[in-house]
Amino acid sequence: AGPGAAAAAGPGPGPAGADTVSAPAQAGGSAVIDMENMDDTSGSSFEDMGEMHQRMKEEEEEEAEGEAGAGEEEDGEFLGMKGLRGQLGRQVADQMWQVGKRQASRAFSLYANIDILRPYFDVEPVQVRARLLESMIPVKMINFPQKIAGELYGPLMLVFTLVAILLHGMKTSDTIIREGTLMGTAIGTCFGYWLGVSSFMYFLAYLCNAQITMVQMLSLLGYGLFGHCITLFVTYNIHFHSLFYIFWLVVGGLSTLRMVAVLVSRTVGHTQRLILCGTLAALHMLFLLYLHFAYHKVVEGILDTLEGPNMPPFQRVARDIPVVSNAVLNTTAKAIALTL
Amino acid sequence: FPGLADVSISQDIPVEGEITVPVGSHSPDEDYSTLDEPVKDTIMRDLKAVGKKFVHVMYPRKSSALLRDWDLWGPLVLCVSLALMLQGGSADSKDDGGPQFAEVFVIIWFGAVVITLNSKLMGGTISFFQSLCVLGYCVMPLNVAMLVCRLVLLAGAGTISFIIRLIVVGAMFAWSTLASTAFLADSQPPNRKALVVYPIFLFYFVISWMILTFTPQ
Repeated sequence: AGPGAAAAAGPGPGPAGADTVSAPAQAGGSAVIDMENMDDTSGSSFEDMGEMHQRMKEEEEEEAEGEAGAGEEEDGEFLGMKGLRGQLGRQVADQMWQVGKRQASRAFSLYANIDILRPYFDVEPVQVRARLLESMIPVKMINFPQKIAGELYGPLMLVFTLVAILLHGMKTSDTIIREGTLMGTAIGTCFGYWLGVSSFMYFLAYLCNAQITMVQMLSLLGYGLFGHCITLFVTYNIHFHSLFYIFWLVVGGLSTLRMVAVLVSRTVGHTQRLILCGTLAALHMLFLLYLHFAYHKVVEGILDTLEGPNMPPFQRVARDIPVVSNAVLNTTAKAIALTL
Repeated sequence: FPGLADVSISQDIPVEGEITVPVGSHSPDEDYSTLDEPVKDTIMRDLKAVGKKFVHVMYPRKSSALLRDWDLWGPLVLCVSLALMLQGGSADSKDDGGPQFAEVFVIIWFGAVVITLNSKLMGGTISFFQSLCVLGYCVMPLNVAMLVCRLVLLAGAGTISFIIRLIVVGAMFAWSTLASTAFLADSQPPNRKALVVYPIFLFYFVISWMILTFTPQ
């Protein structure tokens, strides 16, 4: 009577248990009640695997138990209804699946949620304009930690603007990139600089005990790109080396000074300040140099071809052709006048 | 279920009827009931929806039809046609023609996704695909500009043609930006419109620049 009652009670809680565990998942889906989970052969492959696994384990244990003998009551009970163990196993597997699914969806909604970034984009146009202008003005007070706004809208827009300007420069200089695309190179360069150098500087700041967070570093470096945008916009359209060097020193230097001053105000110790600021200044200025020279060939003959006959000004000409020598004189004079 | 084990159905009573659960209110699309209509009806309905949206872009008025029934057919057609027309230009070797198609495609879709994310982060009330739909449809004036540029370049590649192309592309760029702004900026808080308009401006500027600097081989 004992095993018989347990046998009757066994399959009872089994399907009912499986039903209550899986019912919340089913109720939201359709209005038709799915009878599949009521059977022993369930439709879910997860439970099928659990069932197969269970059956294999039971066969093994059956052979092992056969030697030990069926004298003990507990073993007798469990041996008597393999169904109970199968149901339990399936129930446990089902519950684990539910818990796993819930955890995965919670993790997904936590990390893929766009609202994480929302506070960094909470700016007004006036603030953005003010910060753009401030990024060119070096601060004087370096004994007191300067405030850095942890905002990502301005830097992101500046990076995209730099990409657009770079694309313009590459197109006007007929840069041909064999192993890639113009757009890919431009985006890769600008985003790589912004994210890569920010991470590197954040790592250095961590080593040098500077008080700065990653978002603040991203923001600082991003606003420093404003100087780059101005310089490249001007010098990609007006092709003079000397003009570029002036802009490089003045505009690049101002934005570098601003970033350096802010970092110095947040670092203690001379060696640390030197390391941090030297690295940042070097990377910032060198990036501007790189952008100008790698992606924009200053074609010196372009000015001549627009004006007069197609002749380089320093060519040696035969002395009997006055037209040619006049042309040479004119071209040379124009070239000298333009470079002055 | 031991109690149900001995239920038997006699042979001469037919079991028939409907097993339907009332769903409440019918959704306005009724997609599940359009399975039996002829294919021509389905295609014509979709084509008419796409055509209506094109008309909305041509005359940007504040209507919600573009936003309510979003679809991405129009943007796909426009993007592919623009990428095809921009292919094969300003390249020395023929293997530069390949990346150009992928470039344009990636720029348009990546740029549209970035603008959508930006407008959502700014507190916009528009959904992701609605914004993609609007930005994609507003590429249409630039498609027209590309066609005109191609025709003008057939005639010659001098200064006059450059001026004509500059004017046409500039006008279409302004039209695109205004059209998409008319749809998207309404869903933003009023003092942040400039922050949302700037990326759209940049996006259409890059596409216009690609069209303007296109020189056929």
